[in-house]
Amino acid sequence: MERREFLKRTGPAVALAAATGGTGLIFHNRDITRQRTIVTKTTSFEVAPDPALPRLTLARNEDPTNALRQALDAIGGIRRFVKPGERVTIKPNIGWDRTPAQGANTHPDLVAEMVRQCLDAGASDVIVTDVSCNDPRRCFLRSGIREAGERAGARVILPVEEDYLRVRIDGVVLPTWPVLKWFVETERLINMPVVKQHSLSRCTIAMKNYFGLLGGRRNQLHQEIDQSIVDLARFIGPTLTVVDATRVMVRNGPQGGSLDDVVIENTVMCATDQVAADARGAEFLGLQPDRVGHIVLADQSGLGTLDYRTAGYSDVSA
Amino acid sequence: MTIGTVKNLRRGSQVAFLLVFLWLVLKTTFEVDFSPTDAPEIQLPYPVSIALQFDPLAALTSLLASGTLYKGMLWALVILIPTIFLGRFFCGWICPLGTLNHWMSEFKSERSSRKGKQRMLSNRYQPYQRIKYYVLFFVIGAAVLGSLQAGLFDPLPLLARSLGTGVLPTLHTLGRAVVAAADATGIVAIGTAADFVYQAIAAIALPFRQAHFHALVSIGLVFLLVMAANRFITRFWCRALCPLGALLGVFSRFAIFGLHKDDTACTGCNRCLLSCQGADNPDVGHRWRQSECHLCLNCQGACPEGALRFTFFPGREDTKGNPAGTPKVDITRRKLVGSLAAGVVAVPLLRTGDRHEVNRSPFVIRPPGSQAEDDFLGRCIRCGQCMRVCPNNALHPALLEAGLEGLWTPTLIAKIGYCEPTCTLCGQVCPTGAIGELTLPQKVGDDSTPPVRIGTAFFDRGRCLPWAMASPCIVCEEWCPTSPKAIYLEEAVVLDREGNEVTVQRPHVDPSLCTGCGACEYACPIHDRKAVYVTSVGESRSEENQILLERRAT
Repeated sequence: MERREFLKRTGPAVALAAATGGTGLIFHNRDITRQRTIVTKTTSFEVAPDPALPRLTLARNEDPTNALRQALDAIGGIRRFVKPGERVTIKPNIGWDRTPAQGANTHPDLVAEMVRQCLDAGASDVIVTDVSCNDPRRCFLRSGIREAGERAGARVILPVEEDYLRVRIDGVVLPTWPVLKWFVETERLINMPVVKQHSLSRCTIAMKNYFGLLGGRRNQLHQEIDQSIVDLARFIGPTLTVVDATRVMVRNGPQGGSLDDVVIENTVMCATDQVAADARGAEFLGLQPDRVGHIVLADQSGLGTLDYRTAGYSDVSA
Repeated sequence: MTIGTVKNLRRGSQVAFLLVFLWLVLKTTFEVDFSPTDAPEIQLPYPVSIALQFDPLAALTSLLASGTLYKGMLWALVILIPTIFLGRFFCGWICPLGTLNHWMSEFKSERSSRKGKQRMLSNRYQPYQRIKYYVLFFVIGAAVLGSLQAGLFDPLPLLARSLGTGVLPTLHTLGRAVVAAADATGIVAIGTAADFVYQAIAAIALPFRQAHFHALVSIGLVFLLVMAANRFITRFWCRALCPLGALLGVFSRFAIFGLHKDDTACTGCNRCLLSCQGADNPDVGHRWRQSECHLCLNCQGACPEGALRFTFFPGREDTKGNPAGTPKVDITRRKLVGSLAAGVVAVPLLRTGDRHEVNRSPFVIRPPGSQAEDDFLGRCIRCGQCMRVCPNNALHPALLEAGLEGLWTPTLIAKIGYCEPTCTLCGQVCPTGAIGELTLPQKVGDDSTPPVRIGTAFFDRGRCLPWAMASPCIVCEEWCPTSPKAIYLEEAVVLDREGNEVTVQRPHVDPSLCTGCGACEYACPIHDRKAVYVTSVGESRSEENQILLERRAT
């Protein structure tokens, strides 16, 4: 066989052998740990404290929208919290497949009013969302929040699996966790909880509402519920907390289901101190705030003031 | 109208009915119009199971098995009565599975380009085509004793089930995997393009969230086999196995419409055989079989001499060279009786095993509103519509959990999804009343009537955090949707490993309040095997499967 012929006929086989061996060598013994992207929240949502203003305001009014306006004006008005062009995420409690009268979710009229306030203040984008417990399609429908929010001009977003980021929370029990991206990729966050009884944390108001930021297996957190709540409250540091105490679920929380579980209070609170908001809110449930584990822990951790009267509390009920 | 035009009409009809069927399956999902704020009851906007109610086999067998013709099942007459006069027009013009088989058979392949003797022979009537009559009489026999097995083979439930709980969820997974792979390339253009295509498909064909189904692989494999068989023998399913086709074949016994063969014009080219769908012997010289013909009209279109013609009152003169069309079904009375008997005997065979009655699986939890088990098995056609519509992915096709008789019937797997208390969609879509329709007050109960119960929750105290591990947890109680809650808490002081006192709240179930919805099981954080689980005892549909003796108010 001639040399040329030999090379021609062995060439392809040698080339394939080299490619095969080379591929093996290139991928040989690589690091097998899968790299996971972890996002860090860099934006602070909080506004500068103003000693001239109260840190917790409360308004009682038959019309919940008016109650919200009164409480909000007393704490400095929306323009203190939302600047023109800013992106705002509103986080109501839309946890359960319940109607507004059943009191398991934030009142849709309050959400709508908050959306309008933010848009009036010049917000460029207002998102309303929550990580529901029940099927979000049902929760967003029956709570009335999807309709009310969209009508007021917000983007009401039902979370889907692709919307979660693995986020660094840096808490005592929560190092990282899947968080719905709309709560991280925004400039202002307004927490809009509703006041409800809860068997383990005693009450679910402002800080407990942050369980709804999370995806993943968040039901594990109940083993360390107080610390989980405080970890999340520190992590998020909201711009403003607006507490819906128009209908207070005093038993069978946090879902209720019966109108017998609800007491009408017609009250809305606004707070820049979320611990104070929880402390005052707990009183609607007949609880002493200093007996509620996560409120005490939050106070001790320096997140706010349990003794809300000393924090700057103003009842502006007409 | 030329034969070409009529064939185009047939093609149009096939496409239209397939699209309608597909659209109805796609719409069998919880899409809500978000306008009513206090929507008390959520209704689907379309009668999504209407296609299944036009099914004569489902109508006949459910009538035999249950003694009633449920709701819209009377629509089946719209198919059945014209068949008596015309023959199996449904198979050639309407049946969506038939259309898919038609395309799979004719789509350019090595086989379809293989002209000549072999193909003609394969399109001539073959004895194996009798099998479908055996299947038909078997399922009729079973229905007589109250077991509805027709749904396993009936093409409409088969296609609805295959699409709803097999093909579409798999397509969803595929789409997400492709998007993830495109993103992983790190090339923005590829990732964006993949996402764009995925979103476009998702908007049309994918539900709000990825569904997972228990016996998906078995359903998917059957569908793949039905499709793949077409590549070997044209419309093998339709010719050999389909009991609905067989039923329509039987009903075409006295048809007045059929194929007229003009033996003087025929030159024996056999082109008619090349394109025959039903293998019914359209060629001159062999006996045409009305009961096998799908009325696709290909033979008439293929005949260059104009010797074949579909017409009312075709000639019946029998000549030596051209036996006239016989409407007779090619199955002897003995075999007919044998098939019927086999179906009848199969029912005691299936029910004498322990699964049906004496050792029923506690984990077979039927959807809310379901009939008692015997009646349920006499109605369920395994179309999978309830599973597809369930917003929580709670309903799943059983494999053997409900016995072989209950293959692919719906069961609740609470670990994957629980029964939403205010949802009544499964009863709305059930075409045969296996799951009865419930109003919201009926389902959740009111002052005068108890709620519909599908089972009862139990705790596994060896796995429950407060019971076994001195660790706080109340998630089951938190999720319990009844008011007052069926799960209640008992405060207890327990010692941890170091001997420290820990106060925990131990959960208990009040069986008089529990509806068996499974929300507790779904939410329990002990994820792999839950510390609280639902079994069927206490289900409203059963008189025997109960725990509590109820005391009448005095």
